[in-house]
Amino acid sequence: MRIFDPHIHMTSRTTDDYRAMYDAGVRALVEPSFWLGQPRTSPATFLDHFDSLLGWEPFRAAQHGITHHCALALNPKEANDPRCVPVLDELPRYLAKDGVVAVGEIGYDSLTPAEDTALAAQLQLAADHGLPALVHTPHRDKLTGLRRTIDVVRESVLPPDRVLLDHLNETTVKEAADSGAWLGFSVYPDTKMDEHRTVAILKEYGTGRILVNSAADWGRSDPLRTRAVADAMLVAGFTDDDVDQVLWRNPVAFYGLSGRLHLDLPTPPDLHEGNSVLRGGE
Amino acid sequence: MLTEPTRAWLDSALGEAATGTPAWEPYFVAAGRHCGPAHADEARTRLLRAAGAGPDTLARLYHHGTAAERRAVLLALPALVPGPEALPLVEDALRTHDTTLIAAALGPYAATHLPAHAWRHALLKCLFTGVPVTAVAGLAERAAGDTELARMLIDHAAERTAAGRPLPDGLSRVLALTTPAEES
Ligand SMILES: [Zn+2]
Repeated sequence: MRIFDPHIHMTSRTTDDYRAMYDAGVRALVEPSFWLGQPRTSPATFLDHFDSLLGWEPFRAAQHGITHHCALALNPKEANDPRCVPVLDELPRYLAKDGVVAVGEIGYDSLTPAEDTALAAQLQLAADHGLPALVHTPHRDKLTGLRRTIDVVRESVLPPDRVLLDHLNETTVKEAADSGAWLGFSVYPDTKMDEHRTVAILKEYGTGRILVNSAADWGRSDPLRTRAVADAMLVAGFTDDDVDQVLWRNPVAFYGLSGRLHLDLPTPPDLHEGNSVLRGGE
Repeated sequence: MLTEPTRAWLDSALGEAATGTPAWEPYFVAAGRHCGPAHADEARTRLLRAAGAGPDTLARLYHHGTAAERRAVLLALPALVPGPEALPLVEDALRTHDTTLIAAALGPYAATHLPAHAWRHALLKCLFTGVPVTAVAGLAERAAGDTELARMLIDHAAERTAAGRPLPDGLSRVLALTTPAEES
């Protein structure tokens, strides 16, 4: 079984996670830039984060046999901090990079005018750079947030089939599906979906445009939830091919819209003890 | 082998680079997706040489670059920078733990210009991170007669042995190089 986790924050995860993910079948992932938990105070720390997603983290992933691509953006929460917003001016030179397969994650947090501006500007940046966009839907006031998101996408030059609406659930899936966007489900304890509810949605909406991710980060989360969904799909009667479509071919198709997805590791993974990362550094 | 469309892309990129205007830099950035990861280093270093990129341009491209772009800058240094002014880039790469950057930093440019203390630490770092010492340019020449390097290697070996760990590949080979060659 091959698994592509289309939304996971490996920066917050350990090498044990990489190893367990590999053992569970994960061979590729996309890491969106995000809020680090501690608020940033300047654009410079975004740039260090972006550099990490284009340098250290892909290196770390490759050592565990996993290809790493990223999505870059000003996240919705920090779009509200005027000290952070100037990072939008730096984004174009980053969005030109190999390894960047989407603008993201963008979207709404508290549904503010500043978030309207950042979302619209970054959908435009995605179109300018030939990239799709990973757009998450807010945790609070989700349905209103989804509708406002869909409106902003419609007003943008980015076609809906180049947008992945993420963190969807039972209350938002129908309108999201009607929008023509790709549909993302984060299987994340307590606050988002679980594998059984995700399978129920797959039964109702089909496997055609649905992506499943762990969204694992610094919170109580689990990078192996993608595999849990695959297993639950098989138990529920889906075929191996269905599983491959949802857990591999759909993310490949979506991020492949960038023309920058390279799923062959350039060097074989170094899985033995010769490496300082695996050994715990200096 | 480059495919035909890739070769055409690279030819036009090299043509831009030869004009001496910055219009070639986006080609440098995008070389990975056009040439494939396996050919990106070669494409980028050729672009840097075609453009005759000087220390200031190289430093900017390095600091604005992904790991792959940084690696290409490091690989191009011996052909493009005769003096030591690009050493800060080598030192930056040697501070990382990305073995592809460490290996690229220890080419002929470092062999010529890196001061002894930094060079010895770089060599030890290779042993530590699993970069094969065969990747280090000028290894035999610089190691020859370096008693301080020999001491560091012996101390490192003692530390490994005390911990019950095997010696890293290459340690005894470099240690042998530090002693003046009596027999071959
Ligand atoms: Zn996220």
